[in-house]
Formats: sequence, structure tokens, C-alpha cells
Amino acid sequence: MKKLIAMLLAAMMIFSFAACGDDADAGADFKVGVIHIGNPADGSGYSFAHDQGIVAMQKNLNLKDEQIIRKNMIDDTNAAATKTAIEECIEEGCNIIFGTSWGYMETMAQLAEQYPDVIFSHGTGYMSNDKNFNNYFGRIYQARYLAGIAAGLKTQTDKIGYVAAMDISNSEVTGGLDAFAMGVQAVNPDAKVYVKVTNTWFSVDLEGQAATALLDLGCDVIAQHCDTTAPQLAAEQAGVWGCGYNSDMTPDAPKAHLTAPIWNWGVYYTAATQAAMDGKWAEFGNYFGGMKEGFVDISPLSENCAEGTSAKIEEARQLIIGGQYDVFQGAYINDAGEVINKDILDNQGNVVIKAGEKLEDATITGGINWYFENVILQ
Amino acid sequence: MNTIVNFLFAAIKAGTPLLFGTTGEILTQKSGNMNLGVEGLMYMGAFGGFLIAYKTDNLLLSLLAAALFGALGSLIYSFLVVTLKANQNVTGLSLTIFGTGFATFFGEMLIEGGSPKLSANMTTILSEKPLPVLGNIPFFGKVLFSHNIIVYLALVIAVIVWAYMRFTRPGMKLKAVGENPAAADAMGINVDLTKYVHTLIGGAICGVGGAYISLINGNGIWNNGCINGQGWISVALVIFASWSSAKAILGSLIFGAFTVFQVRANDFASEFAFLSFLSKIPNAIYVMLPFVITALVLIISSMKEGRSEQPASCGTNYYREER
Repeated sequence: MKKLIAMLLAAMMIFSFAACGDDADAGADFKVGVIHIGNPADGSGYSFAHDQGIVAMQKNLNLKDEQIIRKNMIDDTNAAATKTAIEECIEEGCNIIFGTSWGYMETMAQLAEQYPDVIFSHGTGYMSNDKNFNNYFGRIYQARYLAGIAAGLKTQTDKIGYVAAMDISNSEVTGGLDAFAMGVQAVNPDAKVYVKVTNTWFSVDLEGQAATALLDLGCDVIAQHCDTTAPQLAAEQAGVWGCGYNSDMTPDAPKAHLTAPIWNWGVYYTAATQAAMDGKWAEFGNYFGGMKEGFVDISPLSENCAEGTSAKIEEARQLIIGGQYDVFQGAYINDAGEVINKDILDNQGNVVIKAGEKLEDATITGGINWYFENVILQ
Repeated sequence: MNTIVNFLFAAIKAGTPLLFGTTGEILTQKSGNMNLGVEGLMYMGAFGGFLIAYKTDNLLLSLLAAALFGALGSLIYSFLVVTLKANQNVTGLSLTIFGTGFATFFGEMLIEGGSPKLSANMTTILSEKPLPVLGNIPFFGKVLFSHNIIVYLALVIAVIVWAYMRFTRPGMKLKAVGENPAAADAMGINVDLTKYVHTLIGGAICGVGGAYISLINGNGIWNNGCINGQGWISVALVIFASWSSAKAILGSLIFGAFTVFQVRANDFASEFAFLSFLSKIPNAIYVMLPFVITALVLIISSMKEGRSEQPASCGTNYYREER
């Protein structure tokens, strides 16, 4: 009996040595960690959209389930909880860790210094260290421009409501709103975009109340840059229309929803994980993908959209993908589908982009603090 | 004019769950139980009410289920506090944590693979429609008589609780228990039973308030975290209303008004020239206002001469043996 056990132990040790030494199949012990702010099981919304990207990456790269380590419901305002979750991932052997929410940024920056062998990849923020800590985000404003076209063609009252999570000082929200408003103006110069700010990313009550207040003003399309479906549901109950965000909200509000700007996070997760596995992380750098890469898009147009929406959107999409038009430039797309140079004005009448000029990426991510000329803050 | 009408309408709608929570807590505190677990009770009611509305498509069953879940939550509280004499504050706080976790845990199971949505039939029952005749009155027709059906239920319950405590014998006995349980006991009132009954009914009312939030505010979809502090505001409103559910009607309206004001202040600024300064005030001030007002009310009511309206024994347990 003792001999048998001794032999088994010896065999086990041989195999475990083999596991350590064998680098021929590098992919097999590669592990990916993901920190989610919500629960991907929710079936819609922010964390669900990110997790769909992780699932796509796993499929594209043929990873096994045990190679993906998820930490769900990690409050991004709680630095201690964030640190614990990330360190758990490291202990479980993760080679690359994706942090999907803004608030993980500083914790990840610190841990990147502490664990130089692990790759830290943070979404939606702006920090990076050129070594093992990068930042990823995308040109969602391109998709918002297209959603603006759908809204501008649909509105009958020429009043479009927009529930914004953050005020003018937040460049991500304000830039997205401006791009949406530019899309509206391109197809409907008479329409105005009325904005209400909730000061929170996720509040069913406040987002619903803001949407109701916009409906009371006479808005008949409700767009949003916030995380719940409340604005779309409020629009549906009032018998009008809306543009969601993050995931296709047509199943949530089938009678109201037109289209939603969406993320294909899988495009990035696949590229980043591939680079990390192939040892090519050093040249990967920060990521700011757009419609050309398939990283952002709008969800399929629902049957609520006005006639001709699809053609108008396709025309703009081709100009954006082809690089002739990129929203934040001193130009607009005219009715014939040509890009015409023009000064871009804010709603105070100041020129914010001169005709023919383009905004730098750094300005787009951090420096848009003006509302486009057809925007009215309410 | 429309701005004012729409504002008042939205204020009543936002104040209704607070009215439920406050009325329930007033009844509870009048029996001498300081139940800080309103938030948890509302979560349990929110979940129970939504689940039954979703499964059975019957509003009455849904509200009964919400009341039952709220009563179950306060049964836990009553057993710990009245029978086992546990510390009231600690028990209430743990009930908050328990109720929140309860709703989130089962809520996660409910939304696994896509949020459940109430049926079109249910949405119609819950929709806002003008009452016949009354709904046609200018101004008041929209502000007061065009609400969803649960708003009226909240008012009716608040008035009943007020009348019960003011005019009925059991109501008097309840107040006696809350003020001086030893004296009430000597009078032959069953102190423990009185506490149990009223804490349970109070919890049931809080539970219905939770269901209002999940059924109405959620627009037909279940959301984890839907109560979001409204239970706590209800506890504060009890003091604001000085333990009278009639005053709570006004109090919840004021607090509802403050919550909707933060998204509507600019409507006033653009409608009325003399209010244009409202758009200059940072939004954060509006978010803060209800809490500043609560603090002010607490200060003023503590400075008031004479006795407080708070039941004298509220917060302390009654030990018969120490009489």
C-alpha cells in the first residue's frame, strides 16, 4: 500500500514538474481576470455588454472556462474592495486583468507598479504607464451621431429630450451629447435637444423623473447617456420614442425604441488578450477604437424608425468609416451626402471648432466642455 | 402654468412611497418600537409585490403579497425586540441589511437572463388616468385626480391611521402602550400583543410602499437597489410629521417636491423670468436640499418648548418584571 502511494506521489510530482516546465502550449495556462461593477447575469446594461465581449474573446481565442476569472459586483467607489478583487485574480494566476469601470483606475495604477509581471487594462479612464498598464475606450460619439440622425428624422414636435448622467464638465457625456445633437441637426435643422442632468450613472428613479420632465416639455424622442432603461420605459408609457444606450433596448421598450449606441467590447478584449498571449504587449499601447474597427456601432434599427432613416444613417456611416467625416471637425454632411467645411458653434454662439479643423483625441476624451448650438440645458 | 401643474403632479407621485413608509413607521413607533428597518421592509415588499404582480397579473394579490412580505420582516423584528428584548436600534439596522440582501438575492434570480417585464394588462391597471368628473376640473383635475390607483390608497391609509389613533379605543390603548407600557399593563392592556399587532401592520404598510416603488417607479421592470434610501427618508419624515400621519401627507409631498425639483428647477427658470436665478444654482444644492431641510426640522423641533410628540417609551423595551 505504502509503495503504491509513494509511486502515485512520484507520478504526480513528475506531472507537476512537467506542467511548470512545458511552455510549448503557452495558451493553456494563460488566465484572464475581469472586474465587473454590476452583475453580467442581468441580461442588459453595462456589465452585461462587457461580459458579452469577454465571452466573444473566449470563443475567438479558444480559451477554457477556467481560464476566465470574473469578479462581479465590485463597487468602484470602494478602493479596498477593488484591491482585494484584483489581488484575488493575481493569486489565481491571471496574466491580464481588465477593469471595466472608471473608479478602478487609481487602484489599478497602484497595483500595476506593485505587480510588474501582470498586465492591467483599464476601461473608460485616462491613466496608463507605457509598460503593464494601459487604457481602453472608444469613439462612441460616432455611434451617437448616427442615433441623432434616427432621432432627428423621427421627432414631430422638433423637441428631443436627452437624459445626461453628468453635467457639462464631463467630457465623455458632453461630447456624446454634442455628437448626438450634430446628428439631429444634420437631418433636422429645426429640432432642439433639451438636456436634463441627473448627476448619477445609475438611478432608476432620477432617470425616470428626468425623462418624465422632458416629456412634460413636449419632447417626443428621449435619448440617454445613463445606465438604466427607465428613460426608454417612460417614453414608451407616454406613447413616444427613444434612443437607449449600452445595449439594444428594443426588447425592453419595443414600441418606443429606435436604436441605441452600443459597444462591441469583444473587439478590444480579443485584440488585447491575443497581444498579451503572444508576448506583444509592449507595442500594444492604449486603445481608442471606433466604428472602423467595429468597436462601436448602433443596434439594429427598430421598426419604429421613420422612413428613410436607414439610408441616411448608412450614408453617414460610410463617411465615418472611410475617414472623410469624424463628427468633431469643422464640417457637416449636407443633404447630398457631401462633407462641407463650416465653423462649429456652441449654444452661446462661440466658434468651438474652426472650419476644416479637427479636434485632437485628447480633447475629445477630456476637453469637450461646450454644448452644440441646438442644445438647450433644462 | 403647465410647469406648475406637472411639477406638483410629479411631486405627489414621488412622495407617495414616502407616505407609505412614514405612515407604517408612525404606527410602529406609537407602539414603542423604534424600527429603523423601514428600508429593509420596503425592499421585501418591493420584491414580493413585483414577483406576484409578474406571476399572477393581479394587482390586489400583488399588494397583499407586498403587505405580507413587509409584515414578515417586522415579525422578525417584533420577535427579536418584543419577545427576546433585543436592542431596537441594532435589530432595525440589521433588518435593513437583511431586507436589502433578501430583495437583491432573489431579484438576481428573477432577472437571470433578462429583466422580467410586467404584462401590458398590469401596466394599464397601474397607469395614470383622470378620475371621471373630478379629473376634468382645471388645475386640480391633473394635480390631484389623475394619478395611478396606489396613490389614492396611500392617502386613504394615512387618513385611516390618523383617525384610528385619534378617535378609537384601540388607538388610545396603542398610544398608552407607547407612552408608558407599565401603566398600560396595569390597566389590563396586553402590551406585547399591542406591540406585535401594530408593528406588523406598520411593516405591512411599509411593504406596500416598497411595492409602489417597484411597480410604478420601475416602469414595469424589476431593478435591484430600487428603494435607494427612501426608507431612511421615511424614518426622518416621522419626526418631520411629529408622529401624525395626517401631517405626513404634507411632509411626503414636500419631500417628493424636493426630489423632482432637482430635474425641474430649470423649467421654472425658463418659464418665469423672476425665477431665472434657479438655473445658476449648482445641481448639487438641489440634491442636498431634502437632507438640509430634515436637519433644520430636527433642530427646530428639538428647540420647541414643551413635550415632544415622540412616544415616551419609543426605543426602549418593556420588562414586565422590572415594573
